[in-house]
Order: sequence, then structure tokens, then C-alpha cells
Amino acid sequence: MGDLRTEEMTINMGPQHPSTHGVLRLKLRTDGEVVTSVQPVIGYLHRCFEKHAENLEYPGVIPFVDRCDYLASMNNDHGYSMAIEKLLGIEVPERVEYLRVIFAELQRIASHLVAFGTFGLDVGAFTPFLYAFREREMILDLFEMTCGARLLYNYIWVGGLSHDIPEGFVEKTYEFLDHFEPQIKEYNDLLTNNKIFIERTADVGVLPQNVAINYGVTGPQLRASGVDWDLRRDEPYSIYDRFDWNVAVGVDDVGVLGDCWNRYYVKILEMQESAEIIRQALDHLPVEGDVQEAVPRKIRPPKGSLYFRSENPRGELGFYIVSDGKTQPFRVKMRSPALHNLGVIDEIASGWLVADVVAILGSLDIVLGEIDR
Amino acid sequence: MQGLIEFFHGIGVASDFWAAALSILLYTLFVFGFIAIFVLIAVYLERKVSGHMQDRLGPMRVGYHGILQTLADTLKLLLKEDIIPAAADRLLFILAPFVLFLGTFMVYVVLPFGPGAIGADLNIGLFYIVAVSSLVVIGIIMAGYSSNNKWSLYGGMRAAAQIVSYEIPVGLSLLVGVMMTSTLSIVQMVQMQETGIGGVGGILGWNFIQNPFAFIAFFIYLVAGTAEANRTPFDLPEAESELVAGAFTEYSGMRWAFFFLAEYANMWIVAIVASIVFLGGWHSPFPGETFIPGTIWLFAKAFGIVFVQMWARWTFPRLRVDQLMVTCWKYLTPIAFFNIIGVGLWLVTIG
Amino acid sequence: MTREEIYTRLTEQFHESLFEKSDEPFNEFITVQADAWFDIAKYLKNDPELYFDSLMCMSGVDFGPKDDTMEVAYDFHSMRHLHKITTKITGPREDFHIPSVESVWRIADWHEREIYDLFGIIFDGHRNLKRLLLPDDWEGHPLRKDYEVQEYYHGIRVPKIKPKKLTP
Repeated sequence: MGDLRTEEMTINMGPQHPSTHGVLRLKLRTDGEVVTSVQPVIGYLHRCFEKHAENLEYPGVIPFVDRCDYLASMNNDHGYSMAIEKLLGIEVPERVEYLRVIFAELQRIASHLVAFGTFGLDVGAFTPFLYAFREREMILDLFEMTCGARLLYNYIWVGGLSHDIPEGFVEKTYEFLDHFEPQIKEYNDLLTNNKIFIERTADVGVLPQNVAINYGVTGPQLRASGVDWDLRRDEPYSIYDRFDWNVAVGVDDVGVLGDCWNRYYVKILEMQESAEIIRQALDHLPVEGDVQEAVPRKIRPPKGSLYFRSENPRGELGFYIVSDGKTQPFRVKMRSPALHNLGVIDEIASGWLVADVVAILGSLDIVLGEIDR
Repeated sequence: MQGLIEFFHGIGVASDFWAAALSILLYTLFVFGFIAIFVLIAVYLERKVSGHMQDRLGPMRVGYHGILQTLADTLKLLLKEDIIPAAADRLLFILAPFVLFLGTFMVYVVLPFGPGAIGADLNIGLFYIVAVSSLVVIGIIMAGYSSNNKWSLYGGMRAAAQIVSYEIPVGLSLLVGVMMTSTLSIVQMVQMQETGIGGVGGILGWNFIQNPFAFIAFFIYLVAGTAEANRTPFDLPEAESELVAGAFTEYSGMRWAFFFLAEYANMWIVAIVASIVFLGGWHSPFPGETFIPGTIWLFAKAFGIVFVQMWARWTFPRLRVDQLMVTCWKYLTPIAFFNIIGVGLWLVTIG
Repeated sequence: MTREEIYTRLTEQFHESLFEKSDEPFNEFITVQADAWFDIAKYLKNDPELYFDSLMCMSGVDFGPKDDTMEVAYDFHSMRHLHKITTKITGPREDFHIPSVESVWRIADWHEREIYDLFGIIFDGHRNLKRLLLPDDWEGHPLRKDYEVQEYYHGIRVPKIKPKKLTP
């Protein structure tokens, strides 16, 4: 008998699917249940952000930037505003800096809650998703109190903020933090230490360090592979160098470095660290100051180009801005972390089962709005 | 069934044949009605249980606290358009839900609804249950194959592998109960659990605490039974996150409702069989107490196990297909075999 | 290493005519000639002193029909030495070819496809240079300054983007 050959099957995890986080199409070639190659097809959510930005004035680009990574709007605003501030060379007041850090870290917690909730949903655990959203509701209430919006804020402007925090915000945030920190234990009981969850995610989709760096993977995904790199500590922007916190890096006591479990676990640790930072920022928040005093009347940066990067919940968010001296940017390019994170999927998902592709995709934490822009 | 036949004789149907035929018809309608009502209650229970476990309320608007929700859903399903994919194998596509439901429905002949209220007390009752419930595999494979959809095919294949594999721990753990009561008949098995340790009766008579092997067998049966009923953590054939709805993706409206009915009917079968074989059937846990009728105790035990199945669904993640197979063949089956040997030795030496 | 040191090291290895130093208010970068780019890129990645193992961002810029140039900017960062450099490659607006570096930094695969998609710059040696964000049968390269949208796409009317009037 010659050698038995089974045919490879091409399956489509189409644009509409419960587990591709957004409109993403994955072309899987499988041999039985084992996947031999994964080709992502993107562009279903392309909204010509970069072309629009050329027709808008600099502050007008901020709502568009919000809508790129809609789960981390505050961080997007923050990154863009800081890039323009560097171009203009303006300093923002202390109070604005502290408030920006508070909102950015709150948004980081909210984004990680969605990330691990949907990851649990992908592997079949329905309940942690709802617990995560319960906490997220509290954060969104805080945002709504301040700027009126729950998802897309247009809050962090070039040189300041759009609204000052209302009465009672600081107390409510302390309440939220006191409620949130013990909840992490519940998540650990339900998912992190659950035997079935560990079976599904530990040792699955291992991303080695050099592959991660070559593919430009950043953020919690890179730190889960053991690379101790966080832009907030290593290239400090804003006032992050004033806080005392640790960078969460992957561990290898459950599974190996760089597997799905570590990518999930780093997010849990990061949420705890963000809560720490928020607490310290609230303790030292200056009570006086006008959040709009440094907002320039007209933004007309000198000619030149600049690449500025900041730490998004998904990784390194970069803006390459080319200015030609007018009030509208000549070119805005957004370096989206999710694009880089998704690019690595063919490397790490080949050789695993179809069910694992879903788990790996969930652990990479992508947002299609950012990939397609 | 005998009671029904006598009832018909009593109201004047002289011929045996017609009495039998009418009573069979009546019993079938009764079982169908029971399944329908049970599913109504079970779906509502599941949505409320899952809601409260997830820190939300579940259905609240249709009726008082959402009681009429399942009724509304049934009406909606009845009115839905019946879509058969153009490239699907029409005959198999249409037959699949019926074959699946048949496999489940046929088991209800031997399931009791109370002391003595049983369709047919076959003297191979338990054996019949295990044998007939395998028909569902054919139904699922037909559904997966005929949908002409690669994802459905995946679901069908996984389901076939899973159900066929988990029949073995189910059979082996039920065998423990059979060995302890030395009968396959349902009614006699429950009667044998009237007195047990110390001759006191009540909960001490139930099979699952007569000896430690029966205790382990009870839990093996629960796990394997959950896998048989395709519930999480073993719900790979219908893994929502991966295969949309697995083997049943292309079904809509009433056809899909049949699959759904079959799944909940299966859950009930697992629960009732566990109650009969391990939990003493319709005997009350308090020795000598006859105030509350046996039916209530039987249903209470069965609903308790249904609740545990629902609880497990909303707590655990899903096992991957190869891990599922490993659990069955490398863990449950050897433990079940060991149980049988253990019970045999126990009965010969001590019991 | 500073930009000067990197420039010195590069000119030691390759011919000086391939490079040009440029200064802007916020960015010091090195302009490189397109033809030798692949070897220079491999050197940038593998040389132990430079070791730029991370390609942070790759952007295409179109300077418009008046200037008649387009440019691709690469931003590099070294995780080992923690230094950065930006290199730019300038070329004509029509028929601009650049050697592909996607075998050196794997993420350049998608960046180059995107730049090809939106600008029309061809990357020689790329294993699969197809459009990334737009459908495969789209006409034109949208981020060019003189881009006109096609009238219809598969029977669907394509709306025009009206450019906003510049404020003085």
C-alpha cells in the first residue's frame, strides 16, 4: 500500500463569525482538524482614516483617532495629542498630566476587561465575560460623568482636556478601585487557575521572543513571551516616571513563556498595576488648574516629520506625522499595534487544531478598527 | 401501561387490540406533552439560572418575571421561514431532526414518572435505555453531512466521536448499579433500594452510598452523561464560539426546535436514570416517610441533577476535542473498569 | 549610538554616495538610495553594533504632483542597544521600485503591501504583493494626492471625498 494521503481542506472563518473579534476573515488550510496555514484577510473595516486626516485640522483628527481602536479611545487620544504637542513644543499643566494618566489607566483596565472576557468566551467560559463587563460598566460610568460619552470620548485634546472632572469623581474612582481589586481574585478562581482553562491555553500558540520582536509584536503579547519592555517605563512619556509600579512579564510555572495562558495572565497582572498607578495619581492630583489653559488657538506646526509612540493596551501605538506648515496635517500614519499582533498568527497557529486557532486569535487581542483604520 | 389498558376495558372498549392501541396512543401523547412542558420549564430555568449566576436577571418582561418567555420563543420558531440550503441533501436534511428526536423519544417508554407509572417495565429496561439512546449519533451525523457546510461537518464528526466514546463509561457505571441490585428492570431496581445499610431505609438505602465504588460510579455517570447530552464542558459539537452552531448551523425554525427539544430531553434522561440507579428513585430520604408522594421525590432528584448540569455549563470552559477523547479513554474508562472489579469484590466478600 | 555614529558606521561599510544626512526640527534621519537598500537593511539588522531588530513603523508619503516625489520612511529601534534611526527612501511618483525587506523584518510584509495598496510603490522581491486593505480589484491608489475615486465599483456608486477649504 502506498502512503495514504489526505487532502487539505480550505475553510473560511468568514467575516461574520462569533469569535473573530470584528470583521476579520481567516482562510484556514486544514488537514483534518490540524491547521497548516492561516491567512488573514483584512480591510473590511477600512474607513480611510488617513485620507480623511489630510482634510481636517489637527484637533479635528482626534474623533477619528478615537474610532480606530474603539476599545482604547483615551489612549489613542493621548498618543495623538502628545505627538502634536511635541511638534508644537508645548508643555501641559500638571493637573492635566495627572488627569490624563488617570483616564489612560482606567481605559487600560476597561480594555483588558473586554480582552480577557472575550477570550474566556472563545474557549467556552460564558460567565467571566459578564463579570468583566460588570466592572467595565463602572468605569464607563466614570467616563460618562466626565465627558458625557461611554465609548468614544474626544476627551484628551492637544494641550489639555475637553472637560474638567466633575464633583465627586475622585470619590467614585476610589470606590471603584476598592471594589475592583478584590474582584481579581474572582477572575483568578474562575479562569486563571481553572484546570480546563489551563488545558486549553497553556503551551498553546507559543510565540518565541525573537519571532515576536521580528514581527513587531508589542504590549502584553510581547511581555508574555518574556521580553521586559514597556514604553511607559523604558521611554517614559507624560509623567509615568513619577509612579512606582512594576511591569508585568510572563511567567513559566504554568505552561511556557509566550503561550496563550501567559498572554492572558499578563493582562490580569497589568490591570492590578494600572489600579496601583491610578491610586497614586489620585493621591497626588493637584487640585488647582485650568485644564484648557494650554490648548492653543490654532495649531500650525513647523514643517517636518515626527514619529511618536505610546503604550496602548494592545501595544505600541505610533503616529508618524508629516507637517507642511499648514493647519491641516500633510500625512498622518497610525502605526497600529493590533496589525502587528495579527501578523504573527500564521507563524504561531500553524500545527494546532481549529479550536486552538480561536484561542490564539483571542489571546492576541485584536481590534479590527485599528488594523483597518 | 397496564393501568391504561384496564382503564379502556373499563370504559367499554372490549377488544384487546383497540384497548392496547388507544392506550399506546394516549401514552405517546402524554410523553410528548411531558417533554414539551419539561423543555418549557427547563429552558426558562436555564435562562434564569444562567442569568443569576452571571449577575444579571434573565428574562423579565414576558409574563411575571419572564415565565412566558419560552412560550413566546416557541411561537416565534413555529412562525419562522423554513430554509433548506439549495445544495443540501434534501432527504437527509429533513430526516435528521426526526431521527435524532426518535433516539431520545424511544427511551421515554421505560422511564418512570412515579412508583408504578411507567410505560413498559421491560425486564431489560436499563440495557434498552443505553442501546436506544445511541440512535442520536446517526441523527447528528445526518445533520452535519447533509448541510453541505464544512463547519457542520466538523460538528457532526466531533459529535459522533464524542457520543460513541462516552457510551462506554455510561454503560460501565450503570453496570455498577445493576451488579448491586442484580436486576436490569427499572421498577425492581428502585424497589431494591428501599432498605440498605443497617436496614433503616431512607437515604441510607440509596445505591450511591452503599459502597465507595458506587459513589465513584455515580460521579463518573454524571460526567459521562453530561458528555452524552452534549452539554458544556463537552459541547464541542455545538461550540458556539467556534462552529457557530456546529452540526445544526443550517437549521432554522421548527427543525432547529426539534434539536433543541432533543437536547433537553436528553438532559432529563440522564437525570432520571441517575436518580433511579444511584439515588433511590422515588424513595424519600427520610426513612419511613410516606406523606410526600414518590413522584415528587423522583422529580425533585431529577431536577436537582438537571440544575447541576446547568450550573456546570455556565462555570467551566469547553474541552478541546482531543482532550475530550483523552478524558474518556484514559481516565473515565479505566476508572469505570476498576469500579466494576471493586464492586464485584465488595459484593462477594462483604455485601 | 547617535545618528552621527550610525551614519559613520554605515558609510564605512557601504559607499558614501548612497547616504545623505538630513535634518528637520524633530527628526534627524538618513536618506538612502533605493538600489542598495536590501543589503543596507540586512546590515542594519545583523551588525552587532547597530542591531536594529525592530521595525517600528513604515510609512509612505506622497508629496504631490508639483514636487513629483514620493517617499517611504522606515523607523527602526534596537531592543538591545536602545537606539533609534529613521531612514527614508525618495523616488519618483510613477514607477517607483524599492527592494523589499520583508525577509529581514517579517512585519514589513504587510506594511509593504499596504504601501503598495495605497500609494502604488512596487516592492521588488516581495513574495505576495497584493492589496491589503482594499479589494483586489480596486482601481487606483487612494492616498496619492491626485487620486480620483472611481465612479462605480461592482455597480455600487462610490461617494467622492470633498477636500475641505484650507483656513488661512
